[in-house]
Amino acid sequence: MDFSQQFFQQMINGISLGSIYALIALGYTMIYGIIKLINFAHGDIYMVGAYIGFFAITQAQIHIFPAILISMVVTGILGILVERLAYKPLRHAPRISVLITAIGVSFFLEYTSMYFVSPTPRTFPAMLGGVSIHVGELVINGQQLTILGVTILLMAILTYVVQKTKIGKAMRAASFDTETAELMGVNADRVISFTFCIGSALAAAAGVMVGMYYNSIDPLMGIMPGLKAFVAAVLGGIGILPGAVVGGLILGIIEALVSGFISSTFRDAAAFAILILVLLIKPSGIFGKNTREKV
Amino acid sequence: MGKRRNDIIMLGFSLVLFALLQGAISAKLIGSFWTLNLTLIGINIILAVSLNLINGYTGQFSLGHAGFMAVGAYVGVVLTTNFHVPFIIALLAGGAAAGVLGCLIGLPTLRLRGDYLAIATLGLGEIIRIVIMNIEYVGGAAGFKGIPHHTNFAWVFFVMLFTLFFIKNFVNSAHGRACIAIRENEIAAEAMGVNTTKYKVTAFTLGAAFAGVAGGLFAHCFYLISPNSFTFMQSFNYLIMVVLGGLGSITGSIAGAFFVTFISAALANWPEFRMIIFALMLILLMFYRPQGLFGYIELTNFKIFDKIFRRKEARQ
Repeated sequence: MDFSQQFFQQMINGISLGSIYALIALGYTMIYGIIKLINFAHGDIYMVGAYIGFFAITQAQIHIFPAILISMVVTGILGILVERLAYKPLRHAPRISVLITAIGVSFFLEYTSMYFVSPTPRTFPAMLGGVSIHVGELVINGQQLTILGVTILLMAILTYVVQKTKIGKAMRAASFDTETAELMGVNADRVISFTFCIGSALAAAAGVMVGMYYNSIDPLMGIMPGLKAFVAAVLGGIGILPGAVVGGLILGIIEALVSGFISSTFRDAAAFAILILVLLIKPSGIFGKNTREKV
Repeated sequence: MGKRRNDIIMLGFSLVLFALLQGAISAKLIGSFWTLNLTLIGINIILAVSLNLINGYTGQFSLGHAGFMAVGAYVGVVLTTNFHVPFIIALLAGGAAAGVLGCLIGLPTLRLRGDYLAIATLGLGEIIRIVIMNIEYVGGAAGFKGIPHHTNFAWVFFVMLFTLFFIKNFVNSAHGRACIAIRENEIAAEAMGVNTTKYKVTAFTLGAAFAGVAGGLFAHCFYLISPNSFTFMQSFNYLIMVVLGGLGSITGSIAGAFFVTFISAALANWPEFRMIIFALMLILLMFYRPQGLFGYIELTNFKIFDKIFRRKEARQ
């Protein structure tokens, strides 16, 4: 393969990976937009989603798409539970306390899962291996097609919910100014729970698809993608939904190019270097507006 | 006057404690497993107290402590193993290297606040680790082998003692009060004429330097170190110690480091349980006692200590 072919192949890999980051980053960004919390546990919710999908496929012998759906429903409920039990009591606490709680929740999810499913990685059953599209020399395999298709579908649904429904309007209002939204009759607790539910469901879908894509899942698989999705959310402008998608895609592409052309060991370093550059040059992200902090 | 005497009393207590522990180790009353853990407790106290200077006293939430520790560890082992430099100089060089790096990293990143700073420092810690992993000279991902076993309990204890007194005196000085003012309200502190950047970077540099020294001590406990000993999970470990004891209490950090290391050693065979316990403790602590077990209180502030102290003064 010559350079341009390799480049485009890495672009395809990058876009698939980037879609995964985008799905996780959407949850991060929605939650941050409303309660200003970096939900460290978000990556672990994605891991739980992957395991639910895994057990649905191997134990109940169902196809990948219903498995994604089941995983999204169960994980959505888990998201609500986490919010109700761990974050709601701290609604008016200092932000650092909530951040530390989020780290605690993250550990709790990781190691309770480890206790129940054992720390050894599980092999995800091969799915959709036969399907692939050839464009010239380039190959787009079935998993990548699924990731792209499901991501686009979920984003379309999310856009509809946020832009056209009543609860979506409440979400946008609460994210703009929670107190004023409450004065206008928005039930903030319900909106926050709903946000956690959707965010977690999106992460679960990403988790199942990553399991399918890389064929392997383990209880600590959520840490790195969780952090990188946060980087993606910051890159796009935290709190902004299209920003999360664009940030996720850019991050995925850069990572694929770095591991394809430089060295795969620098993959993680590249993501963090992007984060630091963004924070130093334009902390509000690509789509963000500059705000000044007042006393 | 009172403060000086407090210091001397504490120093006396520490020396007695050291004599007792060292005696027990020499007399083989404490087995090699717990001797190693006592050493690790000492190292972790240095790390927790230095992290507390950044996170607790200055209020800058850093999650990159393991990165600085790694720099100190690698500089130290290269100097002792490849250049046969005396241990003390290797430790100081490791601390200096980590401090310089901390200063360089701190200058740009300390403009960030709260959770952004947390993620940025976490990322920098990881970048340091990945860079070390890609340097063939120090063994890359496989790790650095053949490290001389220099660290013993006495080394750790006296370096720890020095760290404690240094940081205690720092936070009680005008510099320390400036740092605390930044923690309480950065904008107000700036309005009162505190050069916030200077003090934030100073605290960050000092914290990083002590982490580097602790890294050197840590590395010379073992035959082999690898970049995997310094992941961000390690930074989280120190964070747990500091938060548990109380952000802004040296006594708290000592207690936290002791407790976390002790629990980790006792539950070494059940690693999941260990982390589940820590996770639940973090969450419950934030619900019921967000300032940590000790809050801002030091051992020397306790009434009992005061009473002993006053009685002595009255007698004289």
